[in-house]
Formats: sequence, C-alpha cells, structure tokens
Amino acid sequence: MKAKKKSKNITLILGGCIFAGMLLFLLVGLVGTPYDPDAMNGGLKFAAPSLSHPFGCDHFGRDVFSRVLEGTGTTFFVAAATLLLGGGIGILIGAFTGYFGGWIDEVLMRVNDAIVSFPNILLALVLISIFGPGKYNVILALGIVFIPSFARMTRSEFLSQKEMDYVKSARLMGVSHLRIIFVHILPNTIPTLLSMAAIGFNNAVLAEAGMSFLGIGVQPPDASLGRMLSEAQAYLMTAPWCAIFPGLAVILLALGVSLLGDGIQQKGGV
Amino acid sequence: MKYFLKKLGTLVITLLIVSFLSFVAFSVIPGDAALSRLGTEATPEQVAALQKEMGLDRPLLVRYASWLSGFVTGDLGESYSYSMPVTELLKGKIPITVALTVMAFLMILAVSIPLGIFTASHAGKHLDRFLMILNQVMMSVPGFFIGILITYFFGLLLKWFQPGSYVSISQSFTGFLHYLIAPAVAIALPRCAMGVKMLRSSIISQLDADYVRTAYSRGNGKRRVLYRHVLKNALIPVLTFWGMTIADIVANSIILEQVFTIPGMGSLLVSSISNRDYPVVQGIIMLIAALVIIINFLVDLLYGRIDPRIRLKA
Repeated sequence: MKAKKKSKNITLILGGCIFAGMLLFLLVGLVGTPYDPDAMNGGLKFAAPSLSHPFGCDHFGRDVFSRVLEGTGTTFFVAAATLLLGGGIGILIGAFTGYFGGWIDEVLMRVNDAIVSFPNILLALVLISIFGPGKYNVILALGIVFIPSFARMTRSEFLSQKEMDYVKSARLMGVSHLRIIFVHILPNTIPTLLSMAAIGFNNAVLAEAGMSFLGIGVQPPDASLGRMLSEAQAYLMTAPWCAIFPGLAVILLALGVSLLGDGIQQKGGV
Repeated sequence: MKYFLKKLGTLVITLLIVSFLSFVAFSVIPGDAALSRLGTEATPEQVAALQKEMGLDRPLLVRYASWLSGFVTGDLGESYSYSMPVTELLKGKIPITVALTVMAFLMILAVSIPLGIFTASHAGKHLDRFLMILNQVMMSVPGFFIGILITYFFGLLLKWFQPGSYVSISQSFTGFLHYLIAPAVAIALPRCAMGVKMLRSSIISQLDADYVRTAYSRGNGKRRVLYRHVLKNALIPVLTFWGMTIADIVANSIILEQVFTIPGMGSLLVSSISNRDYPVVQGIIMLIAALVIIINFLVDLLYGRIDPRIRLKA
C-alpha cells in the first residue's frame, strides 16, 4: 500500500512541477518580455544562445526567448479558451441528456458517435476552412470539436450517478431537477471531468500548434509556437535553437497538464 | 449474415449523415462560391448567371442529391484554383497518402505487438509506471516536432536521407519508399508507445479470467495459453484502437507531409484551405471520412470473426 501511494505521487509531483514551471514562465511573459518579440536586429541574425539572448536569435535577429514567452502565452490562451468553450457546452449537453434521457439523447449520441470516430485535427481543419484562420476562429473550431467527447463522458457519469440513492432521496425531498443536476450530481463528477480536461488541454495545445504550423491557425502579428517552428525549419542547420526551444515549450505545456491530470485521476479513483 | 447486413446498414447510414453534414457545412459558408470565383468587381447579373451555371440557385436537397450521385460515380466537381476536375487532382495524391499510411501502420504493428506481448508476460509495477510515463511524454510531443528532429539528426547531421528532395513514384519506386521512411517513423513513433500500452493492459486483464485457469489446469503450457487462448480475446479492444490509429495516421500525415515537403493529399488540403478552394477541400474530407467509416466497418466485421458471441448477439 505504501509503495503504491509513492508511485501515485510521482506522476502528480512531476506534472505539478512542470505545470508550475510553465505557469511561472507564462507569468514572466505577461509581466514583460526582455526584448520586443517583434524587434528585428540584422546584426544578431542567427545569433547563438548567449547570456543576453538565452534562446538565441532567429532569421530576423529577433530574440527567441521573448518570442517563446509570447507564443506560450498565445498557446495557453487558445487552449484554455477552447477548453472553456468546448468543455462548458459539452458538459451541459452531457448532463442534460444523461439525466433526462429520451429521444433527444438517442439522436445526439448517434451524431456524437459518428463525430468522435474522426480525428480531432481533421474536424478542426474542416471548421477552419469554413471560418477562416485566426486566433479566435481556432478557439471556435477546436471548441466545437471538443464538445462531443466532453458530452459523452459527462453523460455516462450522469447515467450512473442518477441511479444512486442520494439522487433518489433528493428527488423524494422535492429537490428540483436543475438543482439535482448542478448541486448534487455535478460535484461528484469533478474527478472524471478534471482528467478529461487535462486530456482536452493537451489535445488543444497540440492541435493549435499543428494548425499554426500549417499556417492556417494563429496568424501574425499574434506570436505562435507552431508558426515559429515552421519558420525555423528552413534554417535548421544554421540555427537549430530556433526550433528546439519553441518545440520544448509546446511539449512541456502539454506534458505538464496531462501528467497532472493523470496524477489527479489516480488519486481520485483508488 | 444478419450481423454483416446490420453493420452494412450502419455503414451506409453513417456515410449519408456525414456526407450530408459536410455538404451543409460547406453550403453555409459566408461568401458565395460564385462570388468568390468572380471577384469583388462582378456585377449582380454576372453572379446570378454563374450561380445558375454552377447550379447554386437550386434547393439545398437537390444540390446534395446531385453532388452525392457525382461522388458515387467519382465526379467531385471542379477545383476553383486549378480549373481541373477534383478527381484528377486527387488521383496522383492518393497513392502517396496510402503508401505513407500503410508504412506507418506496419511500423506500429511491428513494434507494438511483440513489445506488448513481451511486457505483458513480464508484468511489474516499475514497467507499468515507465510505460505510462513514456506514453504520456510521447503523447505530448507534436508529430511535426518529431519530424523536425528526425530531419535534423538523420537528415542533416547523419545524412541518411536528403530532406526536401522528394522522389515521386514515377521517378523511382524504391526511392519513393525510401524517402517515406522518415515521415512514416515520425508518424508511427508517438503511437507505438500507446500501442504497447493498450495491448499489454488488454492481455493482463485477460490473464485473470476463468478460461485461463481452465486452460492451465488442462495441462497447457504458458506459451500455448498466451498465444492460443489469451491473445485472441485480448485483441478485441486493441482492434478498435488500431482502427482509430489508421484514421489518426491519415490525419497526422497532413501535417507531416508539410514537414517533409511531400506533395500528397495533405499539402493539397492545406493549400486548398488557404485558397478557399471548397470543392477540393470537400472532396478530400469526404474521402478521408469514407475511409474512417469503412475502417470502422471492417473492425466490426473482424470482431464478429474473432468473437462469435458479438456476431450472434446482434
């Protein structure tokens, strides 16, 4: 038992540390970047990492550290907003369909099943081709893509919870359906929803980076880690640091949250 | 047979739903297709004439029906920006995507089946934890970043292949396959960890079952029990995962094609999205959608083969 407990903490601690580190990094970026992320300096073109420019400089002589700070902020914002939008709507749909059931539930779940079997990034690309590129359209597209998986998960939680005695007795006491859904059942589904949110955040970070890498995601002047990577590809031989640091930022952002979610899930579901 | 027909029915219905949804989605796009083709200078009369010519003045359902019958007969309309039939455009791209997908999928199978069986028969807490963390790490690395790293180390530093010098099938078939190895590895790598984890946990969950104890008590050896009895049952949940993996590979090849400058379906899709060339986008999306649905159908059929209970219950 003791050994088991220890192993649980490792994921949680590791995830927590990485996530806290990335949050700190983000906060630094919010307070201010050491250089203007867009300021070009011909003399510093492809400057290698040094004390004054820890991550080096890119093909326009821009400070990569400042750009990664800003890009991480954009990616975090997009992922968080996507999660709020898709998760929020998905949870609402799942809660109501799971609790009330009926034919609407049947129809929605059929459509859900069809959508869930498609790769996320593909659906997002379809929606982006309809909405057009840009930061807010990426959020909208990814948010819509995330609705079905959240709805499905919440629904199955509600299906099992609503049969439990505490719900029945609350019903007998005359508690309204709405109150049962939001005050009685929803708090019990939080562990599941949290780990779901962690997976969602991970997916959102990767999807945003992927779309921006393709040039149909976040558009300049918004800084974006994906776009930095696609620009860096052309100068891989001369300036590998232009690719490595934005790439690491994406990985750590996604990894921290997903480890954290896994740790929380293990702690919750003994 | 009943099972087959039922699944076939689901296949057709899902295809219809998906095609209708995607048709509607592309019909409500802000900005008329005729207008975007003529440019902003066009007079309302010109737009109306072209709308009539493109058949855009007909009701939605009629247009869907004619588009659907076109899709079935292989007519996907005409590309706006290339002024050639979409089918012609796609013809040259499909073999590239198919080759890339097959290669990546075979790599995943080649790694995850032996490793999955091996790690399952050597179960242990440490291995479990290691696989889980490895899996988490792999799932957090964007596929295109792996592609960039491979380009850097194996292409630029070790010079095992020449980045950016794609060889087409007509030039040299072996050269074509050789160039696709690196992107296929980049696609396969993150999914290998997942594949091992899935197969391993599926096998382990079967090892406690009653039929395993029975098989042992009848005097079967460990290997025989594992390969003759357990593996068949353990494959069922893994099949679903493999089906999803194929769809995932196709979707990710869109991005990886960009990294390795492969002129496949993905590059065409991305450039068509940027150019708002909707017939091409719609054609590619429907093609991939049909692929996903057909794979699900095949997985269902395989289920019925492996486990007759599933077939009979339906």
